[in-house]
Amino acid sequence: MTTLTDPPSESFRLSMLIYDTRYRAITFQIIALICFLLFFGWLISNTAQNLADLGKEPSFGFLMEPAGYDINQRLIDYNNQDSHLRAAFVGLLNTLLVAFLGCVTATVVGVIVGVLRLSNNWLISRLMAVYVEMFRNVPVLMWIVLCMAILIESLPAPRAFRGDDAEASMKLFDTVAITNRGVYIPEPLFSRSLGDIPVGNLFNISIDLIAILIVLAIGFYVSHRIKLKADATQEATGVRPRTWYMRLGVIFVPLAALLVILGFHLGYPELSGFNFSGGTHLRNSLIALWLALSLYTAAFIAENVRAGILAISKGQTEAASALGLRPSITMRLVILPQALRVIIPPLISQYLNLTKNSSLAIAVGYMDITGTLMGITLNQTGRELETVLLGMLIYLAISLAISAVMNFYNSRVKLVER
Amino acid sequence: MKKSVFLGALTVAGLAAGASAAATLDDVKARGKLNCGVSTGLAGFSAPDANGEWGGFDVAVCRAVAAAVLGDPSAVEFVSTTGKTRFTALSSGEIDMLARNTTWTLSRDVDLKFTFTGVNYYDGQGFMVPKELGVSSAKELDGATVCIQTGTTTELNLADYFRKNGMNYEPVPIETNAEAQQQYLAGACDVYTTDASGLAATRATFETPADHVILPEIISKEPLGPLVRHGDDEWGDIVRWTLYALVAAEEMGITSTNVGDLSAAAGDNPEMNRMLGTEGNLGEMLGLEANWAVNAISAGGNYGEIFATNIGEETPIGLSRGLNAQWTEGGLMYAPPFR
Repeated sequence: MTTLTDPPSESFRLSMLIYDTRYRAITFQIIALICFLLFFGWLISNTAQNLADLGKEPSFGFLMEPAGYDINQRLIDYNNQDSHLRAAFVGLLNTLLVAFLGCVTATVVGVIVGVLRLSNNWLISRLMAVYVEMFRNVPVLMWIVLCMAILIESLPAPRAFRGDDAEASMKLFDTVAITNRGVYIPEPLFSRSLGDIPVGNLFNISIDLIAILIVLAIGFYVSHRIKLKADATQEATGVRPRTWYMRLGVIFVPLAALLVILGFHLGYPELSGFNFSGGTHLRNSLIALWLALSLYTAAFIAENVRAGILAISKGQTEAASALGLRPSITMRLVILPQALRVIIPPLISQYLNLTKNSSLAIAVGYMDITGTLMGITLNQTGRELETVLLGMLIYLAISLAISAVMNFYNSRVKLVER
Repeated sequence: MKKSVFLGALTVAGLAAGASAAATLDDVKARGKLNCGVSTGLAGFSAPDANGEWGGFDVAVCRAVAAAVLGDPSAVEFVSTTGKTRFTALSSGEIDMLARNTTWTLSRDVDLKFTFTGVNYYDGQGFMVPKELGVSSAKELDGATVCIQTGTTTELNLADYFRKNGMNYEPVPIETNAEAQQQYLAGACDVYTTDASGLAATRATFETPADHVILPEIISKEPLGPLVRHGDDEWGDIVRWTLYALVAAEEMGITSTNVGDLSAAAGDNPEMNRMLGTEGNLGEMLGLEANWAVNAISAGGNYGEIFATNIGEETPIGLSRGLNAQWTEGGLMYAPPFR
């Protein structure tokens, strides 16, 4: 009688790492990884060594030193005695501002153009095609510079507004001044302001703004409850009660009351000295950058939208019209919701592109994070490596944050396949 | 010394190649060309002419150094740099020297690790405004919009000056002199501020220079001069003494026309003989040919000639010598002895 035994186990030999197909793949991957790490290690040590030879060991102490330079557009308090870190923060906020404005505008324009490009109207669809091809095929830097040049050269200087027979005058009942230094619009002011709350020494949040937002939120919530109640009544009785005046009322009456309590009024720009003062100053560097980035990115978004719409089977449209839906409703309720799942992923990368392209801001003198931290601070302190690394880290963080938000949104709107 | 062009390009700020500095003289000789950093175009100081040939007051320094080192004033590769890129270009080794109206300050000398090799123009920061504004003093500029080149000392001086005088201003940062000119002429800024010499040079290129005034206030000391990297003193010495040779030549009356005769044989002025290489071995000490100073002076003339042909009163820029006269004539130009 024989007993079945396992085949004799092969002893492991070193040569098997190369000749045995079970190990070979792993061996080569490990070798490649080691080479890769060695290469980067050498690169880093080389840089560190050369910096040390130059006597410029990496250090981030410079961030705490006074910056010494002024920044024209600042969303938080800043003067030239504040630290380089705060100057960088001012720049970061400027980057976020133009990125946010740009993304919103680009999306709106892009969706409209994308839909219109599929229009049956020959003229409109061709015009949109021309727009898309023009903006898509010229570098965005040219558009930024062109926008700035147009703003500077075509609009009147503030001194043209002076005198009795001035060459230029303010628009919209003397409330808006459009100059080649930017647009001055009325600003909201509160004569009985509630003050500000400082947030960790970085910036202040206006209590007035918080109060307004809270009142608005409550108003929308109550309005929503009224709608639910009306729905329920309609379900039960088949008659929908008239609620529109109630729904508008709960939003706007408390808001108006709050504004009166706070002493809301508008501050108008007026010419004093060299410039207009008062009002909110939208600098033409911001406007040029915002316009150029939005229009450029909108061209790409329009193509994404068109692709998304074309990806929806024609049967959907036909089914919708068979049900008697009008084309506008078909687009809004049937096509676009399904198209979103094709549109959103490339839209994320367009947002990222727009944000990163905003680093071209220095071309028009817009002080974003590239202009402050990686521009003037770099130049005044000579800390190339530190500032550039820090800047890259910041852009990486912004981009990842945008991706995270958009991916979350994408997971909400994508079709759930069963 | 680790050195690799490929890795240098890969490294974040291009710094890896930075420390390849120790033997700049050998590098320049091996290359047969001097890489000299200049501005992106400032009339009179460094600007290309209609044929693309660089010329100007700062360019003349580059040419003199190239002549002293290589014997050929045209063996220069000009690299245009902006106020922002100039220091990185120098510290990364892209250029051997920077002659771009750069102000000598302590932090640039010490913290940015550069060596200033002297002063070729004593300047100060001024303001230019259109005449129609009716401004006669910088103290009246409260609330004005000011164009400044970003990444310069003028940016910091401006902030200091307005703070000291309790005035507000709106800075408009721009990259190059040409952009500043466009914004200023369109009225997008009321004032353009930079070194007074730069203002004069810029104004000279306007269609109607008389419509613009340079205000009397000079708000800073701006000693402008060529600079090199820290860590290569031999190269720094060559640039420094080439500049001094030009200054000393003016003092001794050596010009581009008579330098040939004077260097043909030893004369009776021992210092002149030492400088021109007909006596002693100063050239050898610097690691150069004996006739290095002759070449440098032949390139564009002595300091006075360079000044007169590029930015002097006979030129459209029309700067007077002022502080930049020889010390014997009440100025600050003073070359140490050639001994």
